[in-house]
Amino acid sequence: MTNKKKVKSRNLGYFKDLAIILTQKEMKVRYKNSFLGYLWSVLNPLAFAFVFFVAFQVVMKIHMKDYVLFLIAGLFPWQNFTNSINASPMVFLMNSTLIKKVNFPRHILALTLVLHDSVHFVLSIPVILFFMFVYHRVPSLSLVWGVPALLSVQILMTYGIALFLASLNLFFRDLERLTTILTTALFYFTPVIYSETMVPDKYRVLLKLNPFAMLMISWRNLFLNGSINPVYAGAALGYGILFFCLGYFFYSKLAWKFAEVL
Amino acid sequence: MSRNPLIVFEGVSKSYTLHYHFTGGIKNFLFHLPSYIRKARSSSYCALKDVSFEIRRGETFGIIGKNGAGKSTILGIIAGVLKPTRGKVAVGGRISPLLELGAGFSFELTGRENILLNGIILGLTRKKVLDRMDEIIEFSGLGEFVDQPIRTYSSGMLSKLAFSVVTSLDPEILLIDEILAVGDLNFQQKCLEKMMSFKKSGVTIVFVSHSMKQVEQICDRAMWLENHVVRAIGDPGTITGEYSSYWKDR
Ligand SMILES: Nc1ncnc2c1ncn2[C@@H]1O[C@H](COP(=O)(O)OP(=O)(O)O)[C@@H](O)[C@H]1O
Ligand SMILES: [Mg+2]
Repeated sequence: MTNKKKVKSRNLGYFKDLAIILTQKEMKVRYKNSFLGYLWSVLNPLAFAFVFFVAFQVVMKIHMKDYVLFLIAGLFPWQNFTNSINASPMVFLMNSTLIKKVNFPRHILALTLVLHDSVHFVLSIPVILFFMFVYHRVPSLSLVWGVPALLSVQILMTYGIALFLASLNLFFRDLERLTTILTTALFYFTPVIYSETMVPDKYRVLLKLNPFAMLMISWRNLFLNGSINPVYAGAALGYGILFFCLGYFFYSKLAWKFAEVL
Repeated sequence: MSRNPLIVFEGVSKSYTLHYHFTGGIKNFLFHLPSYIRKARSSSYCALKDVSFEIRRGETFGIIGKNGAGKSTILGIIAGVLKPTRGKVAVGGRISPLLELGAGFSFELTGRENILLNGIILGLTRKKVLDRMDEIIEFSGLGEFVDQPIRTYSSGMLSKLAFSVVTSLDPEILLIDEILAVGDLNFQQKCLEKMMSFKKSGVTIVFVSHSMKQVEQICDRAMWLENHVVRAIGDPGTITGEYSSYWKDR
């Protein structure tokens, strides 16, 4: 079909424009104002860092040097992940009018959601660096390649999960709350507010089964030590590819029905 | 108008699976899995049965029929948002979005922002939409309302918005589902004129309407859908005449 060819040739520019406009729409709809959205993405993890600091160091007196910095280095990437995941069940529902009227690649809606949160995350990295200066740490040069590398893995993983949840929610409609419960539970099973070394030896092997643990440990080590454990990062990448493939497969099996069930 | 068909439907049927039983949520679903699967298998609704027709390049093709006959389903299949259950569909050409009642894409955004969003989704570059923005707003006649969120719009205003965006595109196929019914007369006239000029420049138009007068006025051929099957295809004057007398006799 000649039409297919035409579509292909304009694809790249089209995708770019489409991704930008949908991301802007996303910001508008979610936060009314993109600066408020950014501020929120910074204040939220900072507030939680403060809460956990009070609970665990001031009250429960765990022994860890620079615990606040430790928390911040983990909470920012974690929040980037959960923001997208928690919003993802609604992403096709919220764009129902679009889906019912135009045949365009719907997965791009999930992608823009993930990219939107990632942009906020990247913009909030200076805040992490600021806290490193406060605690007399010097950010490592390896951030220059480490951040893009881990962010790519995170986007891949999040995108896959988002596609899965967004597609499934069109058929069940109550995944949203379930998702929040699951991400909250995951938060406590993932070494974000504690370190992996605090996990008892006999359970430590379980961490390897937790895709998010692999990623979050890598993020924190990157910020605090300027290093990435290739085994952890590699495992995260493997999980990322797996999730993406599963999510995309699931989406592509259901996509043709979207306009009917909306 | 050339002879070769641009849109071909060959023995197309469409059944909708009825999903209302799923909306009880995942918890209910898991607890009553077997009965849900049984229900999902059995409850489907046939919206089109063995529909065949051809629309030629440059033709304006009217579809008439009462509510629920399957007109919108046909447009959805042409637009590629719905998939036929059986039969063959071939569509060659750049398609406009489905223009239907309550059009407008994101209700929190303003009219202007929606124009940009729509234009880009339909394949224009950002720059092109911005270049044509004034022209589009001018055509819509929305005036200062264009900067209000569209959730405040009336259905007439929404179709003005939707139609105006499309006027700035250069589609090869235009799909219009009853939107002219709600605009004021002045705007309807403007839209019909615009459709005429699209027609002159060779755009293929599929036009669903309840106004027999409009169908007669602009269509080259018309199709009457009755109870999910094609009842007749032919000259718009004849078809609309038969359709009207059919309903008078009842
Ligand atoms: N998404 C859907 N799910 C289930 N049934 C549908 C859906 N869309 C339409 N139908 C049913 O299919 C039939 C044809 O609908 P439609 O094509 O919208 O008719 P028309 O546009 O001619 O009024 C109607 O009876 C309608 O109830
Ligand atoms: Mg209809």
